[in-house]
Amino acid sequence: MSEKVILNTLDHPEPGTLANYERVGGYQALKKILAENMSSEAIIAEVKTSGLRGRGGAGFPTGLKWSFLPRHFAGDKYIVCNSDEGEPGTYKDRDILRYNPHSVIEGMIIAGYTLGAQRGYNYIHGEIWDRYEHFEHALDEARAAGYLGQQILGSSFSFELHAHHGFGAYICGEETALLESLEGKKGQPRFKPPFPASFGLYGRPTVINNTETFANIPYIVRNGGQKFLELGKPNNGGTKIFSVTGQVNKPGNFEIPLGTPFPALLEMAGGMRDGRTMKACIPGGSSVPVLPADIMMTCTMDYDSLAKAGSMLGAGSVIILDDTVCMVRALERLSYFYFEESCGQCTPCREGSGWLYRVVHRILQGQGRHEDLELLIDVSKNISGRTICALGDAAATPVLSFIKHYRHEFEHHIEHKRPIDGCH
Amino acid sequence: MTLCAESLAKIDREIAKYPADQKQSAVMSALRIAQQEKGWLASDTIQFVADYLGMPRIAAYEVATFYNMYDTQQRGKHKLVICTNLPCRVTWQQDVGEYLKKKLEINYGETTEDGKFTLIEGECMGACGDAPVMIVNNHRMCSFMTPEKIDQLLAELE
Ligand SMILES: Cc1cc2nc3c(=O)[nH]c(=O)nc-3n(C[C@H](O)[C@H](O)[C@H](O)COP(=O)(O)O)c2cc1C
Ligand code: SF4
Ligand code: FES
Repeated sequence: MSEKVILNTLDHPEPGTLANYERVGGYQALKKILAENMSSEAIIAEVKTSGLRGRGGAGFPTGLKWSFLPRHFAGDKYIVCNSDEGEPGTYKDRDILRYNPHSVIEGMIIAGYTLGAQRGYNYIHGEIWDRYEHFEHALDEARAAGYLGQQILGSSFSFELHAHHGFGAYICGEETALLESLEGKKGQPRFKPPFPASFGLYGRPTVINNTETFANIPYIVRNGGQKFLELGKPNNGGTKIFSVTGQVNKPGNFEIPLGTPFPALLEMAGGMRDGRTMKACIPGGSSVPVLPADIMMTCTMDYDSLAKAGSMLGAGSVIILDDTVCMVRALERLSYFYFEESCGQCTPCREGSGWLYRVVHRILQGQGRHEDLELLIDVSKNISGRTICALGDAAATPVLSFIKHYRHEFEHHIEHKRPIDGCH
Repeated sequence: MTLCAESLAKIDREIAKYPADQKQSAVMSALRIAQQEKGWLASDTIQFVADYLGMPRIAAYEVATFYNMYDTQQRGKHKLVICTNLPCRVTWQQDVGEYLKKKLEINYGETTEDGKFTLIEGECMGACGDAPVMIVNNHRMCSFMTPEKIDQLLAELE
């Protein structure tokens, strides 16, 4: 069994409690930086060494992101955690909040110390009310123990942290939509630049990271960036929690070293259900390109390997489809999702996502036309890169990759008005 | 139109989380709390919340209509939202969506004749490993649903 950085509290009947977190080294990192009066530069250097890349989907190096924040800015600054997990296939942050909320809290406090921020918010996905309550309880525990609040552990450093409950909008996972939502507005993404590092929450410098990203920070500070890096592979430091869904025997979250071969992960998830054959895998959440099984079986689970294979690690959400899945139907459901969740600000995304959905839908209904595939490709290409946020690209990517790898299924549907044999 | 003392106390707790000049940040929670008390968000409820927070009424309407979990129309006593997005749907071993529709004799988006249940086809709830997943009245998530568990749930909801 490989070392766990985050899901390391599970051998206890109440894994998410403060006492259990302290048992596995919790809050030692915070004590260490306060006792040693560690400099921001030194902490950022460790995070850079660790090779930690953002776990929210884009994979941006966390140390670099932190170094962008103006450290000598005199006014308020904010630390924001993105727990608005709503990318189809992703359910790891929910488990982190359940089994180890204090790792997120400690990671955010350390970020506050490092970046000179005194206040933070964790934005929690609307649908997981019990996790929100659980997180609020964890915050109470941390306050009572003196880890949060004024003059933490007798030092001159103060940090307040609160939970903010979302209410059902996928787009609020996009970081600037999330900030708008935190300000009590509609969750519509902002034009960038300016980036949150200079103009974030309430117009102040803000660092925003994913739940899992923050949860890795205490380990890195406690053990050094090098140790974290060595858990994974160069440029892909650490472990990663992969959410496996679809037609496997044991869907679940698995924390494994980056660089683990995909077949090993598939085995952890119990292998294919009913002894069927794997047809395809969407390895990073519904917004990343689908890969056929034969390509997927040769990949290792890390940013570089999946990029080389033509997809992305994304949020580490591994959707596995067997040979009974009709790829037209699968794409139709995903296209509906992006159409439904587009915030409507940009014409190419608002109109294009609806157009894509309607065309895939008519192919599925047996009313497809021969020119439809070229139309889908054309519309997709006209969305990509022409919108305020990446949801536009996310709507186009599945369409392009599904047609690229499964064109014959679409053609068969148009020709014969039904799925290829054996699929539904 | 006002809200009960308990709801107001809850809203005050939310307001305290944000800087004093940023009360509007509490609007999402305030609307949620108001909806929980009233069952849905009628115009005067939204207006009350806006006034309470000292924000423009139109801005509160915008929030209430932007986020999926607010109900700005009256619905059945119990709202059942089932995730049918791809990762969940391919994980289902039985078609629980069809089962629910048959049992309640309604389609997605409809309310039963007795006004007891509204059934909604939902998007990813961030719980895909527990498929099939349902959310009852915004706050209660039900995991690994089977026809038997659905029967139990419906019987239990008064
Ligand atoms: C449409 C859309 C949805 C997103 N959803 C999430 C999400 O649910 N959680 C998340 O952490 N990041 C999400 N992101 C990415 C965030 O914008 C941002 O990159 C991330 O929170 C940064 O944190 P990280 O660097 O730690 O990954 C989303 C982006 C887009 C465009
Ligand atoms: S790309 Fe789509 S979701 Fe993003 S801002 Fe534009 S319309 Fe909104
Ligand atoms: S796809 Fe159903 S909860 Fe994520």
